[in-house]
Amino acid sequence: MNSSRINRIIDQLFKVFAIVCTFIGISVLGVLLFDVFSRGLERLSWDFLTNLPSRFPEKSGIYTALYGMVWLLVLTILISFPIGIGAGIYLEEYGKKNRLARFIEVNIANLAGVPSVIYGILGLQVFNRMMQLGNSLLTGALTLALLILPVIIVSTREAIKAVPKSLREGSLALGATKWQTIRRVVLPSSMGGIITGLILSISRAIGETAPLIVIGALVYVPFVPKGPMDEFTVLPIQIFNWTTRPQQGFVINAAAAIIVLLIFTFFLNGIAVYLRNRWYRKLKG
Amino acid sequence: MRTREKIIEWLLLLCSAITVLTTFGILFVLLTESIKFFSEVSIIDFLTDTEWTPLFAEKRFGIMPLISGTLLTTFIAILVALPLGLTIAVYLNEYADKRFTEIVKPILEILASVPTVVYGFFALLFVTPMLQNIFPSMSGFNALSAGLVMGVMILPYVSSLSEDALRAVPQSLREAAYGMGSTKFQTAFRVMIPAASSGIIVSIILAISRAIGETMIVAIAAGQEPKLTMNPLQSVETITTYIVQVSMGDVPQDSLEYRTIFAAGITLFIFTFTLNNISVWVRKKYQQKYE
Repeated sequence: MNSSRINRIIDQLFKVFAIVCTFIGISVLGVLLFDVFSRGLERLSWDFLTNLPSRFPEKSGIYTALYGMVWLLVLTILISFPIGIGAGIYLEEYGKKNRLARFIEVNIANLAGVPSVIYGILGLQVFNRMMQLGNSLLTGALTLALLILPVIIVSTREAIKAVPKSLREGSLALGATKWQTIRRVVLPSSMGGIITGLILSISRAIGETAPLIVIGALVYVPFVPKGPMDEFTVLPIQIFNWTTRPQQGFVINAAAAIIVLLIFTFFLNGIAVYLRNRWYRKLKG
Repeated sequence: MRTREKIIEWLLLLCSAITVLTTFGILFVLLTESIKFFSEVSIIDFLTDTEWTPLFAEKRFGIMPLISGTLLTTFIAILVALPLGLTIAVYLNEYADKRFTEIVKPILEILASVPTVVYGFFALLFVTPMLQNIFPSMSGFNALSAGLVMGVMILPYVSSLSEDALRAVPQSLREAAYGMGSTKFQTAFRVMIPAASSGIIVSIILAISRAIGETMIVAIAAGQEPKLTMNPLQSVETITTYIVQVSMGDVPQDSLEYRTIFAAGITLFIFTFTLNNISVWVRKKYQQKYE
């Protein structure tokens, strides 16, 4: 056998190996989904969504966790979206050349790599204790807002960067000020990309568990929060708690709650992918 | 008009300044509490003692068992994610047709969007029982299941970022390799991967950093016993798990036990901060090779 034949055989073997690798990745996802659905689907019912937590697995529901999640997300959105978009606009449109902007940029890259549990420690010490907000929804929302800021800023910048320069110049040539140009020209044409980033950041916030545990979010909350200063729990914490309980009934509950959580996550990611594709086509078309 | 423009610019600058405040906040919190911690516990004991028992009656403060637990689970995760991720990246870039790539890549990226608590559930209740059939001596909480599942979680980081790096290599290099009669395999491993090496290294470093900081998978599936062991069948505790464990318990505030989470936190921060900066440095140093 000559060497070029051996090379061709190696080439083919690698191809087979690579296809196997690709399908390992995909099939783990399939097995995970199958495992969760086969355990939890029977437990999903209207009662499960509207019951309060209980000592008895078959009576427990995720009502307080869902309620807490909605509260938490609304507050997180209110805090993080304006700041994140504002910072993205500044870095892309104003601070292009100065040293401060470059420093902020390196800083954001570093923040994106900080483990989420460290944000929890920050929230625990600064919001919970120093600002005395306790283990409230507001503490949770402030912590999550800081956590997702880098995601929002980076995606806002990318969306703004994709707007052609000619559009800006056209607007400036008509006598518009810089801010008018940004508000009337740049932001509308980058909206698709910005919204995609916002949705992805929310999908990330929904799944976060560790930082909320660290700031002191409760595992067992028998009431729904009524205001931003109330204590709360969220779906991932509820899942964590049920997963680590020995009774089989709670494991089934955990699986059912995971189905609900995954529906939220996949739905948001789906919208984000759809919007991104549509927006890019529009931008290029 | 001009003052309005100026005010807006300042407001926007303020928004970006919040990110700097966040960094200072993290450093401030970690440092002040750690300094208080190290005024009571010698830093030499912290680094050299082989036991970590701050919550027991007889307290020992050696961080090594937590570091070894973290490194063990991370190592297993990389052992999964690196070969799989790199092979997938090469395959999608050199072999697969475009339609296949367009379908497979988003599916793989779903893996990165699954909440980590879900992976924890999967590791503890599916992977561990399955592996216990193969290794009957395996403990119910163990480093292996947690590490394997974490490897799947970071797989898309390696595959996507490596694929981006491979795609950035100019077509001319690939054509030159083909022109000399190379197979796709030779082209990929002797030309493309070396040419894209900096981007691939960055993707691996980021994946390692992600695995070191990952919390819920290890908190659920790897256990809460700080043990200085490299046996993947045993239960271990990672730095992140310890932080969660203390947060869930009734540790009195301003006690030495409470401050341990800051000492653990700063150790974790040093690890990820160093890795992230190495990746920034690698990217900067080799970035403009082909531009």
